[in-house]
Amino acid sequence: MIINSRFFNRSELIGFVALGLVLFVILPLSLDVFRLNLVAKYLTYAFVAIGLVLCWGYGGILSLGQGVFFGLGGYCMAMFLKLEASSVENTKIQSTPGIPDFMDWNQITALPLFWQPFHSLTFTVLAIILVPGLFALIIGTAMFKRRVGGTYFAIITQAVAAILTILIVGQQGYTGGINGMTDLRTLKGWDIRPDHAKVVLYFFEVFLLFGCILIAQFIRLTKLGRILVAMREQEDRVRFSGYSVANFKIFAFCMAAIFAAIGGAMFALNVGFMSPSFVGIVPSIEMVIYTAVGGRTSIFGAVWGALLVNFAKTGLSESFPQLWLFGLGALFIAVVLAFPNGLSGIWADHVQSRIDRLVSSIKKKSGDWTSNSVADGAPAE
Amino acid sequence: MSDEPNKGLQSPLRRKLLMGAAALPLVSILPRPSFGAGPATATVNTTGLAVTDTEVTVGILHSATGTMAISETGSIQAEKLAIEQINAAGGVLGRKIKFIQEDGASDWPTFAEKAKKLLVNDKVAAIMGCWTSASRKAVLPVVEQYNGMLYYPTFYEGLEQSKNVIYTGQEATQQILAGLNWIAKEKGAKSFFFIGSDYIWPRTSNKIARKHVENILKGKVVGEEYYALGSTQFNSVINKIKLTKPDVIFTDVVGGSNVAFYKQLKAAGVDLSKQALLTISVTEDEIDGIGGENIAGAYACMKYFQSLDNANNKTFVPAFKKMWGEKTVIGDVTQAGYLGPWLWKLTCEKAGSFDVDKIAAASPGVEFKEAPEGYVRIHENHHLWSKTRVGRAKLDGQFELIFETADLIEPDPFPKGYQ
Repeated sequence: MIINSRFFNRSELIGFVALGLVLFVILPLSLDVFRLNLVAKYLTYAFVAIGLVLCWGYGGILSLGQGVFFGLGGYCMAMFLKLEASSVENTKIQSTPGIPDFMDWNQITALPLFWQPFHSLTFTVLAIILVPGLFALIIGTAMFKRRVGGTYFAIITQAVAAILTILIVGQQGYTGGINGMTDLRTLKGWDIRPDHAKVVLYFFEVFLLFGCILIAQFIRLTKLGRILVAMREQEDRVRFSGYSVANFKIFAFCMAAIFAAIGGAMFALNVGFMSPSFVGIVPSIEMVIYTAVGGRTSIFGAVWGALLVNFAKTGLSESFPQLWLFGLGALFIAVVLAFPNGLSGIWADHVQSRIDRLVSSIKKKSGDWTSNSVADGAPAE
Repeated sequence: MSDEPNKGLQSPLRRKLLMGAAALPLVSILPRPSFGAGPATATVNTTGLAVTDTEVTVGILHSATGTMAISETGSIQAEKLAIEQINAAGGVLGRKIKFIQEDGASDWPTFAEKAKKLLVNDKVAAIMGCWTSASRKAVLPVVEQYNGMLYYPTFYEGLEQSKNVIYTGQEATQQILAGLNWIAKEKGAKSFFFIGSDYIWPRTSNKIARKHVENILKGKVVGEEYYALGSTQFNSVINKIKLTKPDVIFTDVVGGSNVAFYKQLKAAGVDLSKQALLTISVTEDEIDGIGGENIAGAYACMKYFQSLDNANNKTFVPAFKKMWGEKTVIGDVTQAGYLGPWLWKLTCEKAGSFDVDKIAAASPGVEFKEAPEGYVRIHENHHLWSKTRVGRAKLDGQFELIFETADLIEPDPFPKGYQ
């Protein structure tokens, strides 16, 4: 296996440490719990963005339907939480106590069969990973085995996002419809709403996020990651070399789906809410924008992109309630026009080069190890 | 980028100055308010809300952007007018009302996030806000958790009651039952066809209407159809209406779908001067988009019409138009939005405090005699006693008042026998 002698090269190590410092130390110390909880919400999109880096940035598969997987993960989590919040004593005023409130409003008198397993947390956690994973496997197999790719694949993922939204909105007795699932309260009896719970959830989420970053980094550095890049650059040559391109694509797509689903589940936990407005076409495109702003070939860039865009969104909408959407639009256009490689492009062009120069000048003096910047996996675009 | 935060400070200030200028004539006829003469802050604010000796902060939380902006703008305008008038009349407990406006962006989670921001960060004493049921359902857990006070203006499906919410619109039974009684008596209606948008409010409203038609009026519901929000194809249901020939078409289609529905109804040759149609979802605001010629003759069941002929309304309508322009129209929800700040002010004065717990406790029995709809009073269940009115749409987009209940109707958010 052609693999880096080190797991991270120097620039990645700096990025890893910097991100860890910001997320574990600087933000928790400098923000109040309300803002920290907002950051937790932003970071749920970072999971999706990391998935998109694997699947779009490396594999070259543009999916405009990541909201589907975000939503599936989020709904699985929300179903578990909603069942726990709908205990018989909490729902005394309903015609049928013990079922979620929206079912009662829709004249449903018994918990539907597919809701039953969500009483179990173990099942829920498995479902968060497996349901979106299997769904992605089915879509991926159906598409990639027939060599549907590129724009057509992007359009189909959009259609799936639209279909799932319509399904959720239409089946409101089973899903909460357009209102979504609100008023989620406890996780195994532990109240997720007070401030201290928000802090715990934040750190839990950051740990998960770093777990995902490490997995993504691992995939990138193995031969698998190199085949993904090769596939993006010259699909036919990879196929002629005897690799099954479809299988690798399916794998990348499934990983992206699972990451998105973990983000969705964390969203339901942190925000206490899940609704079809995170499933449809618009949020799915927004998720691609986070990745684009961060730089689609950079795992850390994706996290920064999700953070920055959402900070801008909140900041602009608080300062200009009527005009903020224009400001946000202008920001996207500016970033894409001026920095086609996103934030990570800016970093690589302007900051990293200086650090490299600095380090190499030190190294010349000490004559130590040589930098290994060639084996990056991500060719400059 | 660096000068943008400055603009953020300037623009609300400029807006405030402009609004102040608009309200100048009003101010000049009133005694000049002097703020800071009220009771000590420590006594009226024991829970750390944003109250100073001269100011009290409230939040306005509606969609200024997105699909709901067209409906919610009226509520924002009405709330700002009410705040302006209250300030001109001396404020609340000697304090000027300052408002922080946040945009819910027609997105329910955003509503929840902004509500939390207003309560946790800005410590607002009350929030005037939300419009759709979905946005209220998203905000409700937040105001309950952080013990805020929400004044919610829209007519809604009921089945809810909270210490932390005052519902200034009518719940479903208040809006529907008297209207159905009237049309059954007036038109001898026996058969009804229900058409609604597919979400919680139309479904619950129609459930209540169906029980009333079947059990009380001894009539028949010959059809019940739902369309996704934003739907624009109603031809198949219009064909069914032509086949079943109901005495009354009862609709709760919302938003932009209305435009398509009434245009297609007219194009299909359904003449609303002969075919009775009762809607609970079309106000003057919606007719602006539908066009008076497409809906003239239809009946709407509301608690307020801009054309109401009473002394309160005759001062309210010109004041509203003066502030927001001659062309603006005032619908039912806009008027209910106007009630929010006034009811809150009256409750604060009754309670002698801004504390949310005291306001929640003092709310029942608070009456607002200057309400444009006439007179309202808060019930123990935090809804309003109000009249039900039926209006007939005219070509000019206004309603002609046809019927109103003699007495105020009691709000009944959990109606027995209707669930």
